[in-house]
Amino acid sequence: MIRLRKLARAASVLTTPLAPEDILALFDPVFSARQLRGVVTKVVPETADSATIHFRPGRGWKAHKAGQWARIGVELDGVRHWRSYSLSAPAGEDPAITVSDVGAVSGVLVRNTRPGDVLFLAPPQGDFVLPEHPRPLLMLTAGSGITPVMSMVRTLVPHRPDADVVLIHSARRPEDSIFREELSELADQFPNFRVTHWFTGERGRMDFGSAAGLDSLCPDWRRRAAYACGPEGFLDDAEALWAAEAAAHPKNPKSARAEGATGPFAADPVNLIIERFNTSLLGGEGHDGGLVTFEASDREVEADGDTPLLDVGEDAGVLMPSGCRMGICHSCLLPLRAGQVRDLRTGEVHGEPGQLIQTCVSAAAGPVNLEI
Amino acid sequence: MTAISDRTAATTKSTTGVSTDKPVTKPRPGALAASGRPTVRPPAAAHLSDEQVAELGRELDAIKDEILAKRGASDAAYIRRVIKIQRGLEIAGRATLLASRNKAAWVTGTSLLSLAKILENMEIGHNILHGQWDWMRDPDIHSTTWEWDFVTPARSWQHTHNDLHHRWTNVVGKDNDVGYNLLRMDEDQPWTPRALGNPLYNAILAPIFEWGIAVYDLELVDYKEGRKSKEAMTRDLKALGIKALKQFTKDYAATPAVAMLTGSGKQALMGTLTANAVRNVWAHAVIFCGHFPEGTDTFTEEMVEGETRGDWYVRQMIGSANISGSKFMHIMTGNLSHQIEHHLFPDLPSNRYGEVAPKVQEICKRYGLPYTTGPLLKQVGSSWAKVFKLALPGKKA
Repeated sequence: MIRLRKLARAASVLTTPLAPEDILALFDPVFSARQLRGVVTKVVPETADSATIHFRPGRGWKAHKAGQWARIGVELDGVRHWRSYSLSAPAGEDPAITVSDVGAVSGVLVRNTRPGDVLFLAPPQGDFVLPEHPRPLLMLTAGSGITPVMSMVRTLVPHRPDADVVLIHSARRPEDSIFREELSELADQFPNFRVTHWFTGERGRMDFGSAAGLDSLCPDWRRRAAYACGPEGFLDDAEALWAAEAAAHPKNPKSARAEGATGPFAADPVNLIIERFNTSLLGGEGHDGGLVTFEASDREVEADGDTPLLDVGEDAGVLMPSGCRMGICHSCLLPLRAGQVRDLRTGEVHGEPGQLIQTCVSAAAGPVNLEI
Repeated sequence: MTAISDRTAATTKSTTGVSTDKPVTKPRPGALAASGRPTVRPPAAAHLSDEQVAELGRELDAIKDEILAKRGASDAAYIRRVIKIQRGLEIAGRATLLASRNKAAWVTGTSLLSLAKILENMEIGHNILHGQWDWMRDPDIHSTTWEWDFVTPARSWQHTHNDLHHRWTNVVGKDNDVGYNLLRMDEDQPWTPRALGNPLYNAILAPIFEWGIAVYDLELVDYKEGRKSKEAMTRDLKALGIKALKQFTKDYAATPAVAMLTGSGKQALMGTLTANAVRNVWAHAVIFCGHFPEGTDTFTEEMVEGETRGDWYVRQMIGSANISGSKFMHIMTGNLSHQIEHHLFPDLPSNRYGEVAPKVQEICKRYGLPYTTGPLLKQVGSSWAKVFKLALPGKKA
């Protein structure tokens, strides 16, 4: 590895201002000096509107832990868009994402991805991972929330004879239920893995209003470490149930937290691990401004929807890069961390994490977080 | 640390006045007024009423919006194709030069490398550094990450070119591109005996153009007159030193050194020197055709006082000149042959200027404004004629 780096540095004498990777990219698109990339190796349809995309990542990718997610960049009409997807492949194998067609970006991924296509990547991350020490597990998933859990199940169940996993998966209809066959096969093969499929089309939404529903599906749920992944409402319900159970049966928090503790069990919110994707700021509407945060400078300013972010920053004493102040020179570009901005020239409201915005012609459209 | 108190202060005392009942709509600085008039309108546009200029501005805005609506996957594919071709040419050229003891190899290698360097500098580098491809959000093809095969560091050039030159196009005293602090290129620039050397300076400048631009981007005059700080100067000098060393090493040391393996070291050095000179002469010629040929106007500071959006467009159009020619010629000039369109819309992708041009020309005709264009040789001749003419004292007629 070190020798390779030395070689690359030597080669860059001949390629400057390009990096050797820029030249290698002519032969294998996985090479890039600036942007982690992957090449799609296989696309497997799962249901009518979902598919699993396997890819070979370039150098700089970290092997993922079961349950982690990665940011994936896809081009829509020439413009790169980033979304986060859970990795569904087991730990230790080449990564794969399972995507459900629920929006413009995922729709393109599901329908238009072919082997050989390039995906843009950020290394896997996330804390929704298996516990360090073996313990009985309960997985609660709904819809595409099964993807990170599938990675955990594939990692754990076939390789650990001591695994004890209960999976309750909710989907609308059997034909919408991703991985249904593979899960059933695993359950047949490994007695310590139990699967309950809950089809809301037949039985309605799973009821977390009281413990009774869960009691009937998994009587010992209180003593299991629980992992939940699904839509917001589903997770809120689960959280409420665990909190209510904990409040109803107060006990010494120390004993509950001790891993593998024995004795009388009560549900504890710390035993419920949740994976949410909707962490982005909510966009404002029209000309409403919002709270602008300058992250590195540690400043917050309330801004209206008509003042350029460049002015807002300068007024707040932030060292803002600037140029023409009329939107032609691109000297003022700053990365957006979160939120939405309005283009003062066109009125268009836009913004994705990581996108570089022209602060001299962009105003806050709701809360905005800038990387400066 | 005062970070916490800063936060509190900033949130309680809103500096932008959002707490007032009515939304505050203060004008965007730098945003040009939609209506009104400058103190003086340039002679070529003096016949236009304020309303006509405003309408012209709206028409040009509409042309831009039309392209923005169309811009997409095909444009992205275009720039990636050009980059791929350029890198292929560069590798082929440099590889061929490694055996340039053979005369045919020398000619082929030098030609390929010259071609690659021209493409890299003009259609790719210049346009990416303008932010024409930023909309793709691809960090590999972005104005903030791109570095070019040219001595001046991209960041320095972006400041003097994108910001100063494109904002103040042809305003004598504000746009230093009018003569690059070296040549007398306008009658309003005072004549001194130094100007007698105009043709000589320009002839020397052409083959070493990249070094000229590098020095120009240091803004030595601003530094001397106190408008540029010592820290900024040190920073720019350091950046230039590092960049120049890398460029020099690649073309004049590393490539010949590898070629020595085949006994072609000297020939390879001649090849890279020639390729850089060819690119420099070509870039110099194209750039001089942008604002100096007969028919282009320069402006006084009075003409930009109170300038409206429409007037800004007018100034870009009558201050720039196009080059007519084949599609290949347009690509080789980085579409700067569509200088007028480029100055109107500096951050539209270059591959779109060609389709915009007839519409802009039609607008100029309808509003009675000059639209200067001509074949390459005529335009080069015309700008050289100005270099010679202004070597001698003389005022605007």
